[in-house]
Amino acid sequence: MSVSTNQPQAADSGTLLAPGTKAPEFTLPYAPGQTFSLSELRGKPVILAFYPADWSPTCGDQIGLYNEILPEFQKFGAELLGISVDGAWCHKAYSETRKLRFKLLADFEPKGAVARQYGSYRGADGISERALFVIDKNGVIAWSYLSPIRVNPGADGILEALEKLPR
Amino acid sequence: MTKLKIPVSADDHAEGPENAEVTLVEYGDYECPHCGRAYPIVKRLQKHFGPRLRFVFRNFPLTQAHPEAEAAAETAEFAGAHGKFWEMHDLLFENQERLDGGLYQELARKLGLATPALSLALEDGLFADRVRADFSGGVRSGVNGTPTFFLNGVRYDGSWEFPELLLVVDQAVEAASHSTQR
Repeated sequence: MSVSTNQPQAADSGTLLAPGTKAPEFTLPYAPGQTFSLSELRGKPVILAFYPADWSPTCGDQIGLYNEILPEFQKFGAELLGISVDGAWCHKAYSETRKLRFKLLADFEPKGAVARQYGSYRGADGISERALFVIDKNGVIAWSYLSPIRVNPGADGILEALEKLPR
Repeated sequence: MTKLKIPVSADDHAEGPENAEVTLVEYGDYECPHCGRAYPIVKRLQKHFGPRLRFVFRNFPLTQAHPEAEAAAETAEFAGAHGKFWEMHDLLFENQERLDGGLYQELARKLGLATPALSLALEDGLFADRVRADFSGGVRSGVNGTPTFFLNGVRYDGSWEFPELLLVVDQAVEAASHSTQR
């Protein structure tokens, strides 16, 4: 357990993986019986959005916002992946209800294992932090950001990071 | 601190004087129930602060969640092109429960606007670029849902219930009047 730190919101999640770090590879289910690996997106920029839980309230919701602004990410050829500790069936229901146009990955078993690897697990609550990563086309983290858990970080930081990537 | 990337300009829809002590920018969606709830709160603020507050509304239609949001935004812009933006903005929020093509026609008639011109504008997406530009600018500025407010150019992450907004706008008015006295 960390005691005093300059990033109080980091609390017991350790520290987010920093820019310049190779993004840890993972394979996670995104729908019942279907899995997806980060390495499938090599050659493209990837946005990894860790978030606490499916089904947070509608209009102010980060996932809903990203679904809306997906075309702005796609202008950079980037792929967005959402990750939470919810199970694949939960993601499926959530995706269908909200008509999501990107994959939600289930960091469900072992719970939060990928979040832990990225320094984005919130042990005390058993959920992922609200953390963002932009990974370049070579699989290296170019930018990371830990948002206070109750604040939807929006997408300005992601877009700035995508802009700075070498084409 | 997340800042407004697109400064308020003559292209914006603004109520209140340009030299008001405080400018409140809302990124909103006519179909969003939260924006509907914020609408009378903003009205009360405007009444309270009078010419010390300038209010700017920019479009942020969440079209994936709200199928009527885009057409409603374009209808307000159409009215704006004919000098009736705020009238339409208000009517749309006041009739938020029944947004649809029929309502837009009805409201346009009420405001004395040509309804065939509105139909054509919506069909051709005449104001779609304008709405998109608001949206993209909002994304760049860190709009993180609707409504998102910016108070004198800084994103306001607190509660937008009346007492809280009253307090922060009041503080901003105070700060502004002190800085001009100096």
